[in-house]
Amino acid sequence: MSDVVLSLHQLHKRFGALQATNDVSLELHQGEIHALIGPNGAGKSTLIGQIAGNLRPDEGSVFLGGSEITRMSIAQRARLGLGRSFQVSSLAEPLSVMRNVMMGVQALQSHSFRFWKPVARDKQLLEPAYEALERMQLSHRAWTPVSELSHGERRQVEVACALALKPRALLLDEPMAGLGPEGSAKLTELLEALKVEVPILLIEHDMEAVFRLADRISVLVSGSVIAQGDSHAIRQDPRVREAYLGNDDA
Amino acid sequence: MINNTSSGVAKISLTPNADSHFSRKGIVQITLLGLLLLLPVTAYFLGHIYYVNLASRITIIAMAAVGLNLAIGYGGMVSFGHAAYFGLGGYVAGISAYHAFDFTPFMTWPFSVPGSDNLLVVWLAAAILCGLLALAIGAISLRTTGVYFIMITLAFAQMIYYFANSWPTYGGEDGLPIYLRNGLPFVDTTNALSYFLICFAGLVLAMAITSRLMKSRFGAALTMARLNDVRLATAGISPYPIRLIAFVISAVITGLAGALYADLNGFVSPTMLSWHFSGELMVIVILGGVGRLYGPLAGAILFVMMETLLGGITQYWQLFLGLVLLGVVLFAKHGVMGWLAGRELNE
Amino acid sequence: MSVTLLIEQLLNGVQLGTMLFLMASGLTLIFGVMGLINLAHGSFYMVGAYATAAVTASTGSFLIGLGAGIAAAALAGALVELIVIRRLYHRPHLDQVLATFALILIFSEGTRFIFGSSPLRLSPPSWLTGFVTLPGDTRYPIYRLVLIGVGIAISIGLYLLISRTRLGMRIRAGESDREMIGALGVNISKLYTLVFALGAGLAGLAGALVGALQSVQVGMGEPVLILAFVVIVIGGIGSIKGALFGALLVGIVDTLGRVYLPIFFRAFMPPSEATGVGAALAAMLIYILMAVILAFKPKGLFAAHD
Repeated sequence: MSDVVLSLHQLHKRFGALQATNDVSLELHQGEIHALIGPNGAGKSTLIGQIAGNLRPDEGSVFLGGSEITRMSIAQRARLGLGRSFQVSSLAEPLSVMRNVMMGVQALQSHSFRFWKPVARDKQLLEPAYEALERMQLSHRAWTPVSELSHGERRQVEVACALALKPRALLLDEPMAGLGPEGSAKLTELLEALKVEVPILLIEHDMEAVFRLADRISVLVSGSVIAQGDSHAIRQDPRVREAYLGNDDA
Repeated sequence: MINNTSSGVAKISLTPNADSHFSRKGIVQITLLGLLLLLPVTAYFLGHIYYVNLASRITIIAMAAVGLNLAIGYGGMVSFGHAAYFGLGGYVAGISAYHAFDFTPFMTWPFSVPGSDNLLVVWLAAAILCGLLALAIGAISLRTTGVYFIMITLAFAQMIYYFANSWPTYGGEDGLPIYLRNGLPFVDTTNALSYFLICFAGLVLAMAITSRLMKSRFGAALTMARLNDVRLATAGISPYPIRLIAFVISAVITGLAGALYADLNGFVSPTMLSWHFSGELMVIVILGGVGRLYGPLAGAILFVMMETLLGGITQYWQLFLGLVLLGVVLFAKHGVMGWLAGRELNE
Repeated sequence: MSVTLLIEQLLNGVQLGTMLFLMASGLTLIFGVMGLINLAHGSFYMVGAYATAAVTASTGSFLIGLGAGIAAAALAGALVELIVIRRLYHRPHLDQVLATFALILIFSEGTRFIFGSSPLRLSPPSWLTGFVTLPGDTRYPIYRLVLIGVGIAISIGLYLLISRTRLGMRIRAGESDREMIGALGVNISKLYTLVFALGAGLAGLAGALVGALQSVQVGMGEPVLILAFVVIVIGGIGSIKGALFGALLVGIVDTLGRVYLPIFFRAFMPPSEATGVGAALAAMLIYILMAVILAFKPKGLFAAHD
């Protein structure tokens, strides 16, 4: 299909005796949220690693908007338009929100070897970063150090950082983790608005959020995708029920 | 000061509030720099050349530490081998003067390179050579992190040290004298005050460059590489080249300080390359306050003062240096500048 | 170029290697178990040598002196760990480097204060002087052979200690998981003090043994310390096996380089220049070796934590 933004083809990754990723193929289409769920130990982190560039698959390939990115570094993938957030917040705590978000804008505007002009007055950097923050409704916190933000706000900053890259696809690793019902609801709302522009591959534990948000769901168990479909189909799927009820009631 | 939130509806500003120049920090900084300039000038006109040269020594060591601070403080790269660049800079000055004095060429093949007693030529050569050395050492060392990086930078500096020690042409372990200080057009560099002012200009320039650099895009990326290199890579910027360039700039600054130091002393020897000196430079950066613009200056003043004053009382002054250092590391993490000027915010 | 020279220099290389191993094994253990970079390790080497020299001079017995040297170094290690080092475990490496650099200054100046600046005399005991004749008519000093023997014995001892004893089990547990070992109810601070003292004792032993061969003076530990760093970087930080392999490699390459490089350059250079070039290159040889190894294996040959 022509509107495929991110696709995985038959990925395999093995650690010693453990087959962590077993023949995984996925597609992320324009305008959708594709959720990836699975019980603990299903191999989600390994799969994300291969998409984001921390790990190299043993076999198979990853494509982003038509270019193969399987062997690219994390930074190269980001520049090609893969935005990601982390399960555990990975912001630079002592810096302001703005300084965190600006990094992505800076990368987008070619190189960082500009040694003279102060960034604090660089409108080319500040304005797009500010825009990304506004999209996440956080512009009022622009000059607050990250260390003073609430947990939910940090999650929003993470997404804003990814947005600053003007990404073609977003890879969000459990963005709801640790959020209360209120924060979760707010982020759900923001992501829903976002998907029109940027398709999102969402890895999430919060099933309520997944069923509400996702246009399509893939279920990962023991390294393999055992089911794929919309939320209705997944809810009904006996293999999914077995996988979840057999392990833990997620 | 005008409060700009009162001027109508909250138009959220794109820039953070600027630091006031009349803060405690600002006063301490201006005082330090002012004293460093005024005391030797006064001493010169009172005829105390010794103190002028002491001030030159402080200034040069501070400049070397400014270079190291860029690597350690701003870049988070704990280099234990900056003596290599300091010493190389010194040897460039020494070797150039040696050939200029002898009227012998430095090399004859593939093309002839004469020695030079022009400081501008010496500095240019020192900057280029130190930059190249740092590029090679950094390219290998920056593939590693943490303890490996510390040990490898130390080991490479030791390699240069042993090389200088066993290479007989330029004096080996005895070192190389500079009979006549390298000169500048229109300036009498043999005059103690002129030379001090040259060094002072070098220090101020190095600090200005560091400050400007850290406010630039490059500085923003370097800061992020230090605080969180995964975040930097995720934002689309590879940390490695950013760190490497910063490492090279840091080495060039320290190397230029080394060239100034050799000409100040009229002598260069492997001592300038020794790991003890690498350690002392780190001590100065930490004593002053790591990652602070004026930290190296405060640290250098304190270090040379201790060396001069305690060294005058007891030959075991380094014992006290060790105790002070241990105290600072264990109990006073922010150094002299932290104590004098308050904690630094990271913005 | 004779076979005799080669055998002799190979043995010298192995002897340097075994002494480097005594230093490097302690350093790498301390790093592996506690995650600490310890520059003051060379100071324990020096303490061992000074204590051995002083006690040997007053008792007349090298063995008593040696025992005192090991004990003094281990004791110094335990004290330093209790007073300073344990405050550093959770600190950044920069703080560890500076604090242990401060310890070097304190130890060196303290030793100079007590013993003065001139080197102390320490010679091997009379029953270990003299030469043995090896195959190929190589006459080799008995004392150096004994050093090799001691090095081998210590390597085997360390191997048994780590693989067969309860202490070794705890050390291995500590290397793989610092949190877990606390959860197992092992008294971590006691274990750390013990490991640190063990490393210091080994360094002291090396200092005493080498001190009798060279001279006992302030700062003697520092060149050895840096060589030991090269060893563990090559071998992989935290790996005892890597330390052993790296130590022998560095010992042999360094020793042979110093002898054979000048000879090599004499083949196509005037002798005086060849000696200079050869010596300068030989001095750099192990660092070049390190650079080459790191270019291919940034974590060393036997990386413990990958």
